[in-house]
Amino acid sequence: MATKSTNQKAWFFVVPVIILVAFNALIPLMTVVNYSVQETFGNNIFFFEGVKWFEQVLHSERFHASLLRQLSFTGIILAIEIPLGIAIALAMPKKGFWVSVCLVLMALPLLIPWNVVGAMWNIFALPDIGLLGRIINGIGFDYNFTQNPTAAWFTTILMDVWHWTSLVVLLAYAGLSSIPDAYFQAAKIDGAGAWAVFRHIQLPKMKRVLTIAILLRFMDSFMIYTEPFVLTGGGPGNTTTFLSIDLVKIALGQFDLGPAAAMSLIYFLIVLLVCWVFYTLMMKDEAQ
Amino acid sequence: MSVEWSDGGAYALLGPSGCGKTTLLNIISGLLTPTQGEVWFGDENVTNEPADTRNIAQVFQFPVVYDTMTVYDNLAFPLRNRGVDETEIDQRVREIGDMLDLTETLNKRAAGLTADGKQKISLGRGLVRKDVNVIMFDEPLTVIDPHLKWVLRSKLKELHQRVGATMIYVTHDQTEALTFADQVVVMHEGTVVQIGTPIDLFERPQHTFVGHFIGSPGMNVLPCSIDNGRAMFAGQAISTVNSIAGPVTGRTEIGIRPEFVTFSDEGINVDIIKVSDVGRHNIIEVKHGEHSLKLLLTEGQDIPADGAHITFDPGYTQIYVDGWMAGGS
Repeated sequence: MATKSTNQKAWFFVVPVIILVAFNALIPLMTVVNYSVQETFGNNIFFFEGVKWFEQVLHSERFHASLLRQLSFTGIILAIEIPLGIAIALAMPKKGFWVSVCLVLMALPLLIPWNVVGAMWNIFALPDIGLLGRIINGIGFDYNFTQNPTAAWFTTILMDVWHWTSLVVLLAYAGLSSIPDAYFQAAKIDGAGAWAVFRHIQLPKMKRVLTIAILLRFMDSFMIYTEPFVLTGGGPGNTTTFLSIDLVKIALGQFDLGPAAAMSLIYFLIVLLVCWVFYTLMMKDEAQ
Repeated sequence: MSVEWSDGGAYALLGPSGCGKTTLLNIISGLLTPTQGEVWFGDENVTNEPADTRNIAQVFQFPVVYDTMTVYDNLAFPLRNRGVDETEIDQRVREIGDMLDLTETLNKRAAGLTADGKQKISLGRGLVRKDVNVIMFDEPLTVIDPHLKWVLRSKLKELHQRVGATMIYVTHDQTEALTFADQVVVMHEGTVVQIGTPIDLFERPQHTFVGHFIGSPGMNVLPCSIDNGRAMFAGQAISTVNSIAGPVTGRTEIGIRPEFVTFSDEGINVDIIKVSDVGRHNIIEVKHGEHSLKLLLTEGQDIPADGAHITFDPGYTQIYVDGWMAGGS
């Protein structure tokens, strides 16, 4: 057997990456860990508190409420954006001039900065001067997203669907385009109807891209901050205060750095856990 | 073109890439609608019928299986789409699975099979329906390993005898075409140049393209002049199978396969350019003036030294006008 040659100089190649990751992830994360176990006073005086903040956050009704709001929001937008995205991708033309037109139109919402999206929808949905607000009130619904929780949720969800369904469409479309023609020809010869083609060819072939789409949309929507912050500011009351808005309120509004840090870590672990479980489930099938 | 495929025949559609084989196949199966012309199945004009009502089956170049289904469900799929009774489906699927040696894998996921297994499933989905008019193969062995190609090819031949369905096999590989088919349809640049048995194609190519394309090495094609209906090459009259009556316009050539050219004491004098050993044969390349041609010698036969002469077997020498065999055969 040949002996393995060892050259420790190779570590130098990894150093730039280590430095980069340290500055953009490890050091900030460790700072948060540091805060999460200490009580902070002015003049940089700290007291070690152990897991007290974690216990406090986990038992806090406020945290439970915003976590529930967050889960509902993410669940609702996933339930709308994924099927809608697939439907739009299926309806898009397969070739010709209109493909590029559709793709550009689809990409447009994705190019708009988050806070601009929030501001746009805020004005768009205002009951007195906004086009959407005026129309909804005009057809007889009492709609005011700054006062009515249902209206606020409706607007926030509509905004997210408008902003992010395109992402699902583009991914699903890419998945659909990669299916060789022979599959559709074979299905035609086998006498398969549109539903059978979707169920047995298109959906299985889109599985990988849909996994990515669902993961991305889960993570992004679970961490959503800017858009609802600009649109509703978390209100009316606390009804659209999602996890990250709540977190910012605790950290920067109340300067409770310890509980905020503990909440950040719990929040982070939830995202990580859900992604891991989801990914494992989706890929388990693949491995068989 | 007008091609008639008789029921129960084994046909090969042979031609180089891009000659229109797949297009013709897709027109027959109904995946393409012709801009002109008609397709008839028996006494029924099916030109405008969609693919699923034509009762045809097609196996594609790349294996098409429904990944999420088991092999069993894959085979049952065309029947279930047509609302066939489950007990009948079960019986048919097992029968076909048995025929294709798929019985052991029936309950496995189709996605996990090798390329040849998947191609068998594609074929099985065609065979499973009883009423299939024709099974078409579009270069089905492209992605199969060489040693399995042979196995699958004999399987196809066996199935053809057992099932008796009409089969059309598209390929650009002459070995595949000649071993599979009773009748080979040779296509070139969108037209059918010859339909015939493998022996016809070998002995009586109707077009110089067929001569070139089939056989290894291909037919020698030499420019000739016509004198009194007879072909003249190298200042000598060449005896040929066919002759030309009346005046000729166009390019005239004689075609002779390397197998039917022999060295002799007299005849056309040639210089030997190259000898290549291809196993049981030697391919000899010779030149007369600027015209080069090839002949085939079995191993052990002597290659003459300088001042060699060759003669053509008159029974296999043909005159071509503008590429087509003169006067028919």
